Amino acid sequence: MDPSRDDRIRDPWGERTPYAAGERWPVRVDAYTVKQPERWVRSASLLHSNGDAIDIGVRDGRIVGVRGRATDRVNRGRLDPKDVYGWQAGLSPDRLTVPLVRRRGTLVETGWDDAMKRIVTRSRKLLDGPGGWGHFGFYTTGQLFLEEYYTLGVIGKAGIGTPHMDGNTRLCTATAGSALKASFGTDGQPASYADVDHCDAIALWGHNVAETQAVLWMRMLDRRRGANPPAMLAVDPRPTPVAREADVHLPIRPGTNLALLNGLLRMILEHGWVDEAYVAAHTLGRPDLEKVVAQYPLDRVAQVCDLKPADIERAAELLGGSQRLLSTVLQGFYQSNQATAAAVAVNNLHLLRGMIGRPGAGVLQMNGQPTAQNTRETGADGDLPGFRNWNNPDHVRELAELWNVDTATIPHWSPPTHAMQIWRYAEQGSIKLLWISGTNPAVSLPDLARVRRILKRRDLFVVVQDIFRTETAEFADVVLPAATWGEKTGTFTNADRTVHLSEKAVEPPGEARADLDIFLDYARRMDFRNRDGMPLITWTDPESAYREWQRCSAGRPCDYTAISYERLRRDGGVQWGGERLYTGGRFNTDSDYCETYGQDLATGAEFTAESHRAKRPDGRAFLHAAHFQPPPEEPTDDYPLRLVTGRNLYQFHTRTKTGRVPELDAAAPEVWVELNPADAKAFGIDAGDTVRIESPRGGIEAPARIEDIRPGTVFVPFHYARHAANELTITAWDSVSKQPLFKLAAVRVRRIEA
Amino acid sequence: MHLAHYLGLLHRAQDTLAAAFREVGDAHADEADIAHLCTQQAKRCDERAAALRPFADRYAEDAPDEPERLHSELFRGARTGGLGLLRDLQDLYLMTAECDICWILVGQAAEALRDTDLIDVIDEAAAATAVQLAWLRTRMKQAAPQALVVAR
Repeated sequence: MDPSRDDRIRDPWGERTPYAAGERWPVRVDAYTVKQPERWVRSASLLHSNGDAIDIGVRDGRIVGVRGRATDRVNRGRLDPKDVYGWQAGLSPDRLTVPLVRRRGTLVETGWDDAMKRIVTRSRKLLDGPGGWGHFGFYTTGQLFLEEYYTLGVIGKAGIGTPHMDGNTRLCTATAGSALKASFGTDGQPASYADVDHCDAIALWGHNVAETQAVLWMRMLDRRRGANPPAMLAVDPRPTPVAREADVHLPIRPGTNLALLNGLLRMILEHGWVDEAYVAAHTLGRPDLEKVVAQYPLDRVAQVCDLKPADIERAAELLGGSQRLLSTVLQGFYQSNQATAAAVAVNNLHLLRGMIGRPGAGVLQMNGQPTAQNTRETGADGDLPGFRNWNNPDHVRELAELWNVDTATIPHWSPPTHAMQIWRYAEQGSIKLLWISGTNPAVSLPDLARVRRILKRRDLFVVVQDIFRTETAEFADVVLPAATWGEKTGTFTNADRTVHLSEKAVEPPGEARADLDIFLDYARRMDFRNRDGMPLITWTDPESAYREWQRCSAGRPCDYTAISYERLRRDGGVQWGGERLYTGGRFNTDSDYCETYGQDLATGAEFTAESHRAKRPDGRAFLHAAHFQPPPEEPTDDYPLRLVTGRNLYQFHTRTKTGRVPELDAAAPEVWVELNPADAKAFGIDAGDTVRIESPRGGIEAPARIEDIRPGTVFVPFHYARHAANELTITAWDSVSKQPLFKLAAVRVRRIEA
Repeated sequence: MHLAHYLGLLHRAQDTLAAAFREVGDAHADEADIAHLCTQQAKRCDERAAALRPFADRYAEDAPDEPERLHSELFRGARTGGLGLLRDLQDLYLMTAECDICWILVGQAAEALRDTDLIDVIDEAAAATAVQLAWLRTRMKQAAPQALVVAR
């Protein structure tokens, strides 16, 4: 049954299908079509990280709707409201259909040959001479396909030889990767969505899953409405749907997550809620951890985090009394103070309690974007592909042999250049070509005034590859029109390691091309060669690119060799690594196998191979502890409030797509600011008033909503280009993951008009 | 007994290092991580100096001479630009390295005195100094190729 036009806006999570612990999640097929499809084409969701299996309905060469796939392990037929309607964005009449180039200050239409020649001419010139690689920066996304990222990664590492490549995943999931590496040796989420079916407690750490992964929330709600429902803990300064559902809600003071976790870990240890046998056999670092968390008694934690001691005790009892605990972590931790240390502390909780690798017990360090996992796996975030360790010469040699290039070609002298540093080099003028694919930094990066200044630099050649003429495209020297979801074939992997194949359903509009074809064209024109003088990149289409990736991933944790296109067509979603990782308690920490030799959580200092080997991790997980440090920007008399930015159920990223979908746009068309009633009263603000919000960086205006958000904190969604929340945010990032601290700016508010 | 001499030397050195971290952090405020981490590390230096103070006072009774300064020849104010940042971090590294060896020597003396309280302070300080060195090395290694080869 198709819902009426706005059913899923009014009722975003749909009808409940309750089920009991250990039962299979019932099927519920959601669909929305505007015409009867002639055929269905397999795909998966592209407006969040949940990886819901979707069939695309096609009629007369156009997409006419979507349907959830009942047989798939991830969604069992359900659709996220964004996916119900979001496909219409691709049909928007303002799609980019021809390349644009800047002539005498304005962007004008041109052909592919001219556009690519300009990029190649500039590239050749910059590459000439020592250090030419250093003039290139690639800033990509979490929304392309695996095959495209892998190709881009090979171009960067083996073609140009630059470490300056990152994704906007740096803004959303870099901390997931860093926390997993730090605790378990490599990236890769230990748990599975199936753990929702088995758990007796769910802890959501800064994770508003109801709005960011709506289908996963449906699964949690269905368990909550069935027999033997799991207990639920929410840590969030806002009264989110998750917070309202939870048995225990901790409305924590922004920036103090690590203090809370240290306090909870102390209570877990003190009450003897520790799986002693597990900790002894499978972890190292307990004495240091005990020493650190001992300094976080309940009254100190309550004071630092501004929480009621009784609530913290209830949270500890919920966590400590559980037999099958599932944790999920997202932006409330990742985009806040001491991001990696706090996310690692959640891993510590699971290690101490032996809650990893069995049904219902596990941790999901979530992703934000649909293909963020692949950005990290393939190295489009700058890492070496296949979760290889840049600091391990054997890993670098493996890649050199795979690609048949000199080891020296592959940049491995230091960690890859993270996004914020890439932008800094562009600001200083040493990066002279910035290639931005599938993302809109002129809205999504912190401190937008600075970002605009950088993009305007005369000595910076900006390439923008996108499906719409975004705010960022307006600064470009060359704009390349790309194909999107449904118009090209490729694979992607969700936050529980489920790989889906998304097949081409329709032709892209005009001359728009698949991102893979654009990268392959660039590689061909640049004539990148291997050690034998043959073309570096030999693949020509998605499946041949995927086969190369399978070879690259062989023997690594994210081994795709058993997951062929054929199997994905036959079986639907398939997880790499099996349903759960680390089922036998053996982690990826062997010195020869691990992705990192470790970092100091406070500074990001890289530890050496020798120090790693000396610890003899041998498959044991690390219990890393760190002390709470106050955030870099605290409220002052001038700027007395804390700003947290965040998401809305109906919008994605900078609304490049969702803003063009009538139902989604209408559901949340404009920015707003949420204030607590006491703060609103203190500043003389009523609901609906236009409010000016200012930080030391800039100001925006937004209508006020009076909500039960914690006092002293205001919330602004970050999606909106007009009145963008990032005019206010600070340029600061976590020392380990380099993820920006979007949830910590100090601001002031005043009423402009009623 | 000459331990007081070294304790005084080290105490001064921690103060000087804290001031240098703050100066470099301020001078390179456009490098957001440098600004943040230099401030953080300056605080670590302050804490170490404060922890050392009671021991410096206690042992000073045996040797009242005013100690000379460590690394007085290093660091004469922050520089600017990518290359300047590298040079400033290198100065901080050398200053930290002098503290590092100084902590080791003072630690040896504490062992010889069986002063377990001092040993505890030094163990923690030596570990924190090692992290400080590792961070500076990591950050310089990352910055060097762009500053020395790429930037004009």
